[in-house]
Amino acid sequence: MLPIIFVLPILQLVILSNAATFEIKNIKFSYVDHDKTSFSRALIEKFDASTYFNVIANFPSKKEANVAMAKGKVDVILEIPRYFERDLLKQKNTGISVAINAIDGAAAGVENVYINQIVQNFNKKAIVALSSPADMANAPKDIVTIPSFWYNKTLNYKTFMVPGILVLLVTMITLFLSGMNIVREKEIGTLEQMNVTPIKKYQFIIGKLFPFWILGFVLLTVGLTIAKVVFNVPIIGSLGLIYFYTAFYLLVVLGMGLFISNFTDTQQQAMFISWFFVVIFILMSGLFTPIESMPMWAQYVTEFNPVKYFVQVTRMVMLKGADFNDILPQLTKTVIYAVIMNGLAVWNYKKTN
Amino acid sequence: MSISVKNISKSFKTVNAVDDVSFEVKEGELFGLIGPDGAGKTTIFRILTTLLFADKGTATVAGFDVVDDFKEIRNHVGYMPGKFSLYQDLTVEENLTFFATIFGTTIEENYELIKDIYVQIEPFKNRRAGALSGGMKQKLALSCALIHKPKVLFLDEPTTGVDPVSRKEFWEMLKRLQQKGITILVSTPYMDEAALCDRIALIQHGKILQIDDPKEIVKHFPTTIYDIKAANIYKLLLALKEYKHSYSVYPFGEFVHYTDKREDFNPQELQQYLEANNHQNIKIEITKTTIEDTFMELAK
Repeated sequence: MLPIIFVLPILQLVILSNAATFEIKNIKFSYVDHDKTSFSRALIEKFDASTYFNVIANFPSKKEANVAMAKGKVDVILEIPRYFERDLLKQKNTGISVAINAIDGAAAGVENVYINQIVQNFNKKAIVALSSPADMANAPKDIVTIPSFWYNKTLNYKTFMVPGILVLLVTMITLFLSGMNIVREKEIGTLEQMNVTPIKKYQFIIGKLFPFWILGFVLLTVGLTIAKVVFNVPIIGSLGLIYFYTAFYLLVVLGMGLFISNFTDTQQQAMFISWFFVVIFILMSGLFTPIESMPMWAQYVTEFNPVKYFVQVTRMVMLKGADFNDILPQLTKTVIYAVIMNGLAVWNYKKTN
Repeated sequence: MSISVKNISKSFKTVNAVDDVSFEVKEGELFGLIGPDGAGKTTIFRILTTLLFADKGTATVAGFDVVDDFKEIRNHVGYMPGKFSLYQDLTVEENLTFFATIFGTTIEENYELIKDIYVQIEPFKNRRAGALSGGMKQKLALSCALIHKPKVLFLDEPTTGVDPVSRKEFWEMLKRLQQKGITILVSTPYMDEAALCDRIALIQHGKILQIDDPKEIVKHFPTTIYDIKAANIYKLLLALKEYKHSYSVYPFGEFVHYTDKREDFNPQELQQYLEANNHQNIKIEITKTTIEDTFMELAK
């Protein structure tokens, strides 16, 4: 069991951190060029040069392109109209049509942004090339925005995904193990034997949960080491602060595990209920979808999600270098949560029925 | 009184597991609860070991009330549930040390009490409890239940699923423990074990049928029982049930146990009846009444 507890989360951290990316690469790009001029070729070359697009087909007509899209062979069709170059030169205005496979809506949105960027960039250069120097003088100066991504300069998704996934793994393992632990004693009958002994309720509960508290720290340590060594995630803030927060966070998870085992009689039941909560916690933690874009009621629900606070705290401390005062709101809520959860669980746990 | 139960009732949803049960066990007595599966034996044990609250009635164990002084009871009783329930992934020695520690004692302190039993499993003390044989597990469980020198020992069907040799050994161990002044309440579905108790309570459907010395219980049996044997036992059973004077007929080992309604029953008459019904190798003998016969009679 012990190797499983450690090896599986490490594998998950390494695999998921590489796989859970929002970048979209290798977009299957095709085009229908009705113009066939140096201008239209230049536009297509722009796409070819991009690392995101693989230009895989050149269709003679839109109809054939549509068939290929239906079969899933291409993701994007760019249609360049006839007289593309001429209209651009004369009227300084023309249109191109883009068709994007939107079966995966999120991916389609990202692809649209990429295409727009390339077309706009091309457009700017085209205007310069086509305008006379006299026009240039009168042309308004372009306003250029230079984005600056704070705390994650290169927009490396691993930098923000690794701490999040690490948090999930620590939560999942400790919740599952603690939830099933006391239920297991019910199943094999040792709980009954323990209940006739003079052992105190709190002694028994601490004895059952303390090992998992320690285990949570060990998992966190292993995970942080991998984050630093394998993914080179910056750890700007204090590690001590992360551990300090985790100490309280784990109490919430363990209390929840104990609570679940109070209400279940078999390990299957405990597993099922643990999964129910874990899935909700993961999807509502703000790790994969920003909480701000959830409907209002869902945002209120996330207030009861301890994983959300842990994700926030690890990201804040690791990436922003947040200090104690910065994480105080999250810490306070977590401590309250821990007190309520454990209070309920201990109050509910009975040696006699 | 070491154990005193007064009008205890307990029901689960629609089932009356224990129905108005009262009995008393004297100090140092070996008391047996004898009854078939589902008679309510385990429920009585769970109430007396403070694992379950009774719906009605009161009970005391070692002078402590099972509801008000449950904490005291837990210090003074040893409980061995019907199902093996020690930590299977701890070794024999670890289990024993663990339970000794929980009761705030050490193995050395009460070694005298468990010595007889423990020496038999000592060669395996580094083996995990889950890997022990059935008889060994039971000896370990008994050692763990005794490690804190309890005043009262509760054994819930300790010999179910145990081989005959181990069963015999186990009862000898109980007798020795009794001599050390420990009150023992034991339940069993085996009628032959009942004779080994000081007193027994016959129990069925949550009700006590009779409480007495096993010898007395047998003595009070109203009529004489006959062992009857023939070539075809099944046909014999049917024929006896059809016989107009028959009172009770039930299979018992290789024989059929038969009692008659009449006081002046003549076995010769029955022999003729059976012969007339084409039975061969007929054998009719008077037999000694056992507790099982009494139970069958009471449970009728």
